[in-house]
Amino acid sequence: METLTFLLSGTLIAGTPLLIAALGALVTEKTGVLNLSIEGLMAVGAIAAFITVTHGGGYWSGLLAGGIAAMALSAIFGFVVLVTLGNQVATGLAIGILGIGLSGLIGRPYDSATVAPMAKMPVPFLADLPVIGPGLFSHVPLIYLAPLMALATWWVLKSTKLGLRLRAVGEDPDAANSIGIKVRRVRFFAVLYGGFCAGVAGGFISIVSATLWADGLIAGRGWIVVALVVFGTWRAGRIALGAYLFGLATLSGLLVQTTGVDIPSQLLSSVPYIVTIIAITVLSMQPARVRLNAPVSLGQVYHQTR
Amino acid sequence: MRWPITIEPRMAHSPVLALLPPLIAVSVTLVASALILASLGVPPGRALYFLYVAPFSTTFNTAEVFLKMAPLLLLAQALAIGFRARVWNIGAEGQLILGAIGGSLLPILFNDSTNPLMLPAMVMIGGLFGMAWSAIAAGLRAKFNANEILVTLMLNSIALQLLYYLVSGPLRDPFGFNFPQSAPFPLAATLPILVEGTRVNASIFFALLVTVGAWLLMERSFLGFKLRVGGAAPDAAHYAGFGDRRAIWISLLIGGAAAGIAGTFEVAGPLGQLQRVVSPGYGFAAIIVAFLGGLNAWGILAASFFMAVVYVGGDIAQTSAGVPYSVNTVLQGLLLVSYIAARVVTDYRLRWLPAMREA
Repeated sequence: METLTFLLSGTLIAGTPLLIAALGALVTEKTGVLNLSIEGLMAVGAIAAFITVTHGGGYWSGLLAGGIAAMALSAIFGFVVLVTLGNQVATGLAIGILGIGLSGLIGRPYDSATVAPMAKMPVPFLADLPVIGPGLFSHVPLIYLAPLMALATWWVLKSTKLGLRLRAVGEDPDAANSIGIKVRRVRFFAVLYGGFCAGVAGGFISIVSATLWADGLIAGRGWIVVALVVFGTWRAGRIALGAYLFGLATLSGLLVQTTGVDIPSQLLSSVPYIVTIIAITVLSMQPARVRLNAPVSLGQVYHQTR
Repeated sequence: MRWPITIEPRMAHSPVLALLPPLIAVSVTLVASALILASLGVPPGRALYFLYVAPFSTTFNTAEVFLKMAPLLLLAQALAIGFRARVWNIGAEGQLILGAIGGSLLPILFNDSTNPLMLPAMVMIGGLFGMAWSAIAAGLRAKFNANEILVTLMLNSIALQLLYYLVSGPLRDPFGFNFPQSAPFPLAATLPILVEGTRVNASIFFALLVTVGAWLLMERSFLGFKLRVGGAAPDAAHYAGFGDRRAIWISLLIGGAAAGIAGTFEVAGPLGQLQRVVSPGYGFAAIIVAFLGGLNAWGILAASFFMAVVYVGGDIAQTSAGVPYSVNTVLQGLLLVSYIAARVVTDYRLRWLPAMREA
C-alpha cells in the first residue's frame, strides 16, 4: 500500500513539470514554430525561481519569476526565427545552449544550496482517503492545476476563436495572412507563452520537487518535453497521459531498487531515455496519425510576401 | 500602418557578403565575453587577454589550441555533410563517447602490448562503435521515420550512462584504487606528440585530411551533389530518384564514424585512458562550428580554429581568474544565435516598398 501511495505521488511530482512545459510547447508548435530550446528555458526558469525564493520571495513569485526569465530568453528565440528568419532547429539548439550556460553562470553562487519545500495544500475530505489521499490529494496546488491546464489548453485550441487562429497560423500561414491574421505576431506570442510555461516548469523542479539548485538540474527533461509533444500527437489529452507515464518511468529505478534486484544504477537512469526512443518509434510507425495532427507548417520559415 | 520596407530572399549570393555573418557573430562574442567577465569582476582588458591572447602566449597554449581544434574540426566536417542534407544528427557527443569506449578495448585488454598495429586497430574499432551508435538513429529514422533529433539526443544520455557503468565496473583499472577510470594505455596505444613538451598530437593532421575529403565529397562528387539537392529541394531530389533514406544512412554513418574516431583520439591522446569525462562538450560545440563555418569545408576550418581558441581561452580564464566554466557555454550559445540572426543579411535583402496608399 505504501508503495502504491509512493508511486501515485511520485508520478504526479515528476510528471507535472513535464506536462506544464509540454502544454506550452504544444501551443507554440500548433502555430508552426518548433522550439527546441525548452531544456535551456527550463534551466533559466529553474535558477530564476530558486534565486527568488532564496532571497525571501514567495513560491508563487518564484514560479512567476521563472516564467518571466524563460519568456525573456524565448523572446530572443522568437526574434531570431520570426524577424531574421533563422532556421528553427539551429536557433532552438543555440538558445538552448545559451540558456544552460546562463543558468550555470548565474547559479554558481547558489550551487548545492537548498530551499524549504513549498507548503502542501491537501484537498479537504479527499486527502483523508486511504492510499489515494496521500498519493493524489496531498500536494502543492500546482499539481492539481496541471490537469486543469491540460483541459483548458484542449478547450481553447479546439473550441475558441483564439484556438482557431493559432491553428490556422500553423496549418497554412499564407491563408491565415490572407484573411488578416498577423501571422508573425501570433507566432511570437505563442513562443512567449511556451517560454513562460517552460520557465514555470523549470521553477517547479528547482523550488518544489528538487528543492535545490545544481548545474545541470534539468538533466534532459526539456528534451523529453519536446518528445512528449510528438508522442502526444499534438493533442493535450495524450500529452497529459504521456507526461504522467514518463513521470512513472522515472520512478521505475527507485522501485526496482526496493525489490532488491541487482541492476546497475546507470541502466535505471537510462530508462526514461530508452522509453522515449521506443515511444517515438512506436508512434512514428503510424504515419497517418502523425500527419493528421502535426501542424503542417511546423519548423518551416515563414516569409511574408504581402 | 504598414512598414515601408520588406525583405525578400536573395537569388544570388556574393562571397564577400558571406563573410559578414561569421564576422558579426565573432564580434558580438568578443564584446559579450568582455562584458560577462567584467560583470564577474575581471577588467575587460584582462578578460580579452585571457580569452584571446593568452591562448597564443606560450608554445604549450598554442599547441592546446590545435589539440582542441582537431576533434571540433573532425566532428563539424562530418556533421555539416548531414546538415546540408537536412539530417539533424545532434548525437555526436554520444557517438564520440562510444568511440572512446570502443577505442579503449584493445589497450585495456592488451595492456602491455607494443604492437605497432594497435593504434590503427583502435581507431577502426572506435569508428565502428560510433557508427553503430548512430546507426540506431539512422535505422529508426529510415525504417520508421522516428525523428533523428530526439533519438540522437536520447542516445547521448544513454551513452553517458553506459560510459559511467563501464568505468566503474567492467573496464575499471583493477589496480586503480577504485577510481572510475581504466588502466593507463601503453605507449603503443597513444598518439605521437608533434611538439616536445606539449600535448598536440597527430589527430590534427587527420582532421585536416578529413577537411579536404569533405570538400571533395560535397563540392566535387555526384554523391555530394545528391545530398545537397536532397537538403535544398527534397521534392526535386525525390523526382530525380535520389532517395532520402540513403541520405539519412550516409549522413548519420559518416557522423558516427567521425565522432567515434574523435573519441578514440581523445582517449589515445590527451587522456591516455578511459575515464568518466571524455569530452568537454565537443559534440555540441561542433554543431555550432558547422553552422558558423556556413556548412562549408573551408569555413568550418576557420570556425573550428576560433572555437578552439574560445575553449583554451576559457580554460585559461578559469584557472587564472576563477571564471566559471559556464562562460564557455554562454559564449558558444551567443556565437550561434548571433550568427543565425546575422545570416539575414546574406539570405535576404531589404527592399523599399513602392508607396501604396489606399491601394
